[in-house]
Amino acid sequence: MSFDEQMRDALKTFVIESLELLQDMEDGLLGLEIDPEPSERINAIFRAAHTIKGSAGLFGLDHIVAFTHVVESVLDTLRDGKLNVSPELVAALLPCCDHMIELIQGVSDGHADANSSLSAAARQLLDGLESFLNPEPKQAMTAVQDTSERLESSGGGIVDSGNWHLFIQFGENCLRDGMDPLSFIRYLATLGEIVSLTTFSHAMPDADSMDPETSYLGFEIVLNSDADKATIESVFDFVREGSYIHILPLENRIPYYVELIESLGEENAQLGELLLKSGVITQRELQEGLNAQQAQIPQPSARIGEILVDQQVVQQPLVNAALEKQQQIKDNKARENQSIRVDAERLDKLIDLIGELVISSAAASLRGMQSADVVLQEANASVISLVEEVRDSALQLRMVPIGTTFNRFQRVVRDISKELGKDIKLVIGGADTEVDKSVVEKIGDPLMHLVRNAMDHGIERAEQRLENGKPAQGTLSLNAYHSSGNIVIEVSDDGGGLNRDKILAKAIERGLVQAGAALSDQEIFALIFEPGFSTADQISNLSGRGVGMDVVKRNIAELRGVIDIDSVPGRGTTLKIQLPLTLAIIDGFLAGVGDASYVIPLDRVVECVELPVDDHRDYMELRGEVLPFIRLRQLFRKTGPTAKRQNVIVVEHLGFKAGLVVDRLLGELQTVIKPLGKLFSHVQGVGGSTILGSGEVALIIDVPTLIRQQEHNPFPG
Amino acid sequence: MPSLTIKDELTIYNAAEQKINLLVFLTAGDDLEINLANVTEIDTAGLQLLILIKREAAHLGKNLRFVMHSKAVLDVLELANLTGAFGDQVVLTQN
Repeated sequence: MSFDEQMRDALKTFVIESLELLQDMEDGLLGLEIDPEPSERINAIFRAAHTIKGSAGLFGLDHIVAFTHVVESVLDTLRDGKLNVSPELVAALLPCCDHMIELIQGVSDGHADANSSLSAAARQLLDGLESFLNPEPKQAMTAVQDTSERLESSGGGIVDSGNWHLFIQFGENCLRDGMDPLSFIRYLATLGEIVSLTTFSHAMPDADSMDPETSYLGFEIVLNSDADKATIESVFDFVREGSYIHILPLENRIPYYVELIESLGEENAQLGELLLKSGVITQRELQEGLNAQQAQIPQPSARIGEILVDQQVVQQPLVNAALEKQQQIKDNKARENQSIRVDAERLDKLIDLIGELVISSAAASLRGMQSADVVLQEANASVISLVEEVRDSALQLRMVPIGTTFNRFQRVVRDISKELGKDIKLVIGGADTEVDKSVVEKIGDPLMHLVRNAMDHGIERAEQRLENGKPAQGTLSLNAYHSSGNIVIEVSDDGGGLNRDKILAKAIERGLVQAGAALSDQEIFALIFEPGFSTADQISNLSGRGVGMDVVKRNIAELRGVIDIDSVPGRGTTLKIQLPLTLAIIDGFLAGVGDASYVIPLDRVVECVELPVDDHRDYMELRGEVLPFIRLRQLFRKTGPTAKRQNVIVVEHLGFKAGLVVDRLLGELQTVIKPLGKLFSHVQGVGGSTILGSGEVALIIDVPTLIRQQEHNPFPG
Repeated sequence: MPSLTIKDELTIYNAAEQKINLLVFLTAGDDLEINLANVTEIDTAGLQLLILIKREAAHLGKNLRFVMHSKAVLDVLELANLTGAFGDQVVLTQN
């Protein structure tokens, strides 16, 4: 084993042991206050910290040593009885424990030497501990002020000739690294005039523990300079690491910046951009803020403005000004948006034409491929990519926010609440989410049904709600968001939830499931979508007659969508509808039977397998399961010789799998759906048609209908 | 009155030994004087030492004065805006 490997192993052991010690330490701290004889406990805690510090030193993990050292000193004072156990002390030590866990996990993640100096967070924690170490007020020989965590500009009114307020605590290693803080301040003075400067030495410990090679000094400076923030910031480029540097516009300059923000152009409405442009923050500060925002888990929740204020790179009034400006820009944009109104019919005509264009350009490209003309092929390629872009933007034109549809329900909810004698409020989320116009038109009815259902059956009466410890007012929410090429619409209520047992009993009574069948909650909830299913005890005007949910489901399936149901007893029910963003274009899988081509929607295709020896049965074995299949050749009565080797495309609908037997697999394509004419409306199993690049017509297979037919008539003939 | 003349520079390069010198000198009496005339060079580390020794002295209830500040020392004290806080009499010399 090489030395390096040995070290790595040892480090691993160090991490594991330290984490265990920290766990002990935390447990110890938590029990400290209730322990009548805490001395043994304190000893144990002290030993844990001491061991960690010692081992960290062996590995050269200076940042851990530095941090742990302070914690250890506090514990030492505690052990000597100079300090008493207090809730404040425990409250100050616990976060330190957490921080040490973080540091050690950082080591195991490989950041052993990433940051040898103390982070700002660590510094704050240690500042918190310091008051326990030096309880008596410090000697006021230099201007010793309390470094309250919040840096407030002091005395903006006294000095009115400055415009920047700087707070600098140099990194403790900067002297050792050969950088003299005073020389940075001298350099700063070349950028403008230092109006006032205060030196802070409170971070310096007493003589015994003061390390003459460590930098302890901090400075508060009011600078009068024409330089912008980025230039001032760049003075400290070499010492930024480990230092605490804040540059803020002076309080009395805030109105000036507010005005500046207000006068900014309107091309960019991002908050960060507005602040950046007015010069109150720098690119680096913005980037750090954004990184911090990204790092929030699981979802970025704090706004960038809040983060910037938190990180003390900008003051609240400036963020407010920028926010106002942002709103103003948005409002202006909204007014402009309203002025563009296009007849929906014209838009549809445009989309139709672009559909044709896609097909024609594919045909041109096909011809180009057949000729050996490379230049023509290249020209075709660029035409195709442009056409695709045009198509995408044309489809964008059809996108409308779903908010208008949602808002209609405000009224509906109000009226129905009155009718039912329930107090229900509607909460709308994601109103800006855009969705194809045709989807919006068709989703209204199913949504109406779901909303009524939720209000009628979902949300309980006020008395019952109060009894269950819920607010008397029920909440119904409509929410929409985009998720991987789909739009998701959620209808949720905070009512009683679905009654699993009741549904199951009803389903057994109706013969929908076998008694004693083992079904998951999801499967049981899905039963309410079965035709003729209703568990309502009372049939009301609104719903409960057993027609409804199956219709909803069918409507949504027609939009090529799916509906899921999730319910927690006593907490409420959420119905989640997933729809494709647009109905006009689908990703398809092209297959050939005889001389004809068929398109199967790609999201239905599970896999393709070769048909085993054809013994004229209508099922095959696929990995130990029976897979029924449909021969498209038979279904569409194609004649002509069969291919030597046939293929099976496995498709799925609602968990039910079936195979489609075809002659040839021709690959994926994106295709424009053209509805079939009225004449063909009775044809089952065909969802539309499309024109291929070759000019050929291909039928688009309607998988759900085919599978349903198969289910009802599994063994024809 | 015990007096100490710092002969050398006050910088990071000798901060460790100067710290000891200063602290030892602090035990020499209750009314102390440090002559800074020969301090030709001083940096942040040196400044920190001056602050430290002042603070220690105040802490122990002793009287400690800096006298005969050299130009280098004066510059640094001015920059850090500490001349007033130290409260020592400062003589402005020609050079």
